Amino acid sequence: MISSKNLLTIEDFTPEDILQVLDTAVSFKDVNARAIKKLPTLRGRTVINLFLEPSTRTRTSFEIAAKRLSADAINMSGSASATVKGESLADTAETLSAMNCDLVIIRHRYAGAPGILARHMDARIINAGDGKHQHPTQTLLDLYTIREELGSIEGKTVGIIGDIAHSRVAGSLCPALVALGAKPIVIAPPTLMPSRPDILGAEKSYSLDDLLPDLDVVYTLRIQQERMDESPFPSLREYAMLYGIDSKRLQAMKPGAIIMHPGPINRGVELSAEAADSPRARILDQVNAGVAVRMALMYLMLGGEQSGSVA
Amino acid sequence: MALLLKGARVIDPAVGLDGIIDIKIGDGRIADVGKDLDAGDCEVRDLAGMILIPGLIDVHVHLREPGQEYKETIESGTRAAAKGGFVGVCPMPNTKPVCDSGPRLRYLVETAEKCGYARLYPVGSLSTGLAGTQLSEMGDMVAQGAIAFSDDGRGVQNDGMMRRAMDYAKMFDCVVMSHCQSEDLVGNGVVNEGVASTRLGLAGWPAEGEEIQIARDIALCRLTGCRLHIQHVTTAGGVKIIRAAKLEGLPVSCEVTPHHLFLDEDSIDTGYNTNLKMNPPLRTKDDCAALQDALLDGTIDCIASDHAPHAAHEKALEFELAPFGTIGLETTLPLVLTNMVRSGRMSYARLVDVLSHNPRRILKLEPVTIERGSSADLTVIDPEAHFVVSVDGFESKSANSAFIGETLVGMAYDTYVAGVATLCSGKVV
Repeated sequence: MISSKNLLTIEDFTPEDILQVLDTAVSFKDVNARAIKKLPTLRGRTVINLFLEPSTRTRTSFEIAAKRLSADAINMSGSASATVKGESLADTAETLSAMNCDLVIIRHRYAGAPGILARHMDARIINAGDGKHQHPTQTLLDLYTIREELGSIEGKTVGIIGDIAHSRVAGSLCPALVALGAKPIVIAPPTLMPSRPDILGAEKSYSLDDLLPDLDVVYTLRIQQERMDESPFPSLREYAMLYGIDSKRLQAMKPGAIIMHPGPINRGVELSAEAADSPRARILDQVNAGVAVRMALMYLMLGGEQSGSVA
Repeated sequence: MALLLKGARVIDPAVGLDGIIDIKIGDGRIADVGKDLDAGDCEVRDLAGMILIPGLIDVHVHLREPGQEYKETIESGTRAAAKGGFVGVCPMPNTKPVCDSGPRLRYLVETAEKCGYARLYPVGSLSTGLAGTQLSEMGDMVAQGAIAFSDDGRGVQNDGMMRRAMDYAKMFDCVVMSHCQSEDLVGNGVVNEGVASTRLGLAGWPAEGEEIQIARDIALCRLTGCRLHIQHVTTAGGVKIIRAAKLEGLPVSCEVTPHHLFLDEDSIDTGYNTNLKMNPPLRTKDDCAALQDALLDGTIDCIASDHAPHAAHEKALEFELAPFGTIGLETTLPLVLTNMVRSGRMSYARLVDVLSHNPRRILKLEPVTIERGSSADLTVIDPEAHFVVSVDGFESKSANSAFIGETLVGMAYDTYVAGVATLCSGKVV
């Protein structure tokens, strides 16, 4: 079983916990390939997808995972919930708690929000992305993909390229890679770099081309168009010129190295169409692993408990 | 009836006093100071084992009245002051509405006269509505009792506006208190830019966002000749700039808060404790060390609490949404006693300077010294009182303290304002 009640930050899980999730996900991946994909494991359990920031892929992935385990999955989005009426997150948590749910998966635009839920309810909490802080389940599926494609995580060099400063994906991936013996390098212009990448355990570089031949994983991050107001770089054209993966850079990659991206991709910015569709790209494998990893996570976090049913 | 305070260790560096000595109070003033004074028909208060010093002044508090009485009122805030050993406080003008005119300032003075437990020295706003564009009616506010001017809570962004404000304030001989924050650089920063911002995924508030305005305001002090008081300095770099300005002989003073002295950004962990969300933010351990050194070497003139009450439901929000600030009136003296005096780093004489004499000098108040004729504004300290800071223990209406759970040693025992006790044996009276 997992050593932590909740998954608020990736550091809540020991390396053993992480590997247990990945190992368990292998068998769920097989289930997902079957014609009949449903298991009775979490029958009678209530899982709430509390998505207070717009998200399609992560919410869908969690919903599919919960339903394939036969849990009752309810989606609450920002616009549908009480949050627009000015209810605090603490009050939302207590309201949900009063409905006896077993697991709440929360996506929120502010860092630390999952912790507020955890303080105000007994249900287990999974952080599905909190502000610019962390996105631990993305990290788990990323680790799954790296291990599946490269055989192991330990010793691998992972270049994470793009808007590191505002990236919850990098915020949880870097410390997890370090915990599992891999080497993260964050690659970005200084205007997209956090002030202390060393705190995340990552080396930093401004030059992709210097490092590209050494990377086992080329992990590109989405450039968020809404950040362009702050003008962190002169143009998308120049960004693509300096940091985009195009056919030339595809050639410069190490043999066997893979391209990853948390999605959704901006074709022509982070990745040229050629790169996005190349055999090196593992972007859809990440999405595929996401469902299995989230099933494994829910199974391990809820499956070992007694059923709450009195009937 | 006259009062005889007997047997306390009386410390006042202004008159070179440190010894067991008696003080007689009559008509709000110190009537006599001497060894083994005859009680006569005085009420006698035995203060053996206690330490008696000139009463404390806090030059930076938020009392929230008018407009946010659910957080604090002048009554509850001055009760907190009395509890903390303070005889006088300077409320900042960022109330609702902003204290930017004579009648609004008069309201504070009159309310304090009716229900205050400490002297109120109101600070008027520099600019109308704290908008940083139009001068407030400083003359009218001075006529109603304003002691100083500040746009605290915001830095004045426009250089020309700040220059005008300092030029104008100069004619009233009022100190301008400056909250130094360049909004361009700070943006929506909520924690120190560096370790905390990276680790927690929060927008960073860089040290330079403060230091740029400290440097600007010192330049404007040189240009205008207006007395300048830098509020809540938090960085080693800021201290360096102020030290140079003082060396140059400019009329510059500054304050530091207990939370910036004794807490650093590492105390904010993934629990996202919003009581540690301050503006300016908690900085690095090196900054804390530099602030403590500067407090001891005289670069920093005084300690101010920046007492900033907020309701529990406001502080229960997401870190990025919760309001900035911690309460401080009731913990400032205990924190300094515990962390600096008991450890032997700071003498009681220096404590009196930074909490009593220097605040009065900055505000140009009548000095309070332990000698015949001086106003009997006094603070008595119980140096051995242990207590744990807890949410239930405050006189303040709010409990958003950054120091909840800490055990502190030393606290106010009695507080006297013009000879009248506002705190007696640790209880507000």
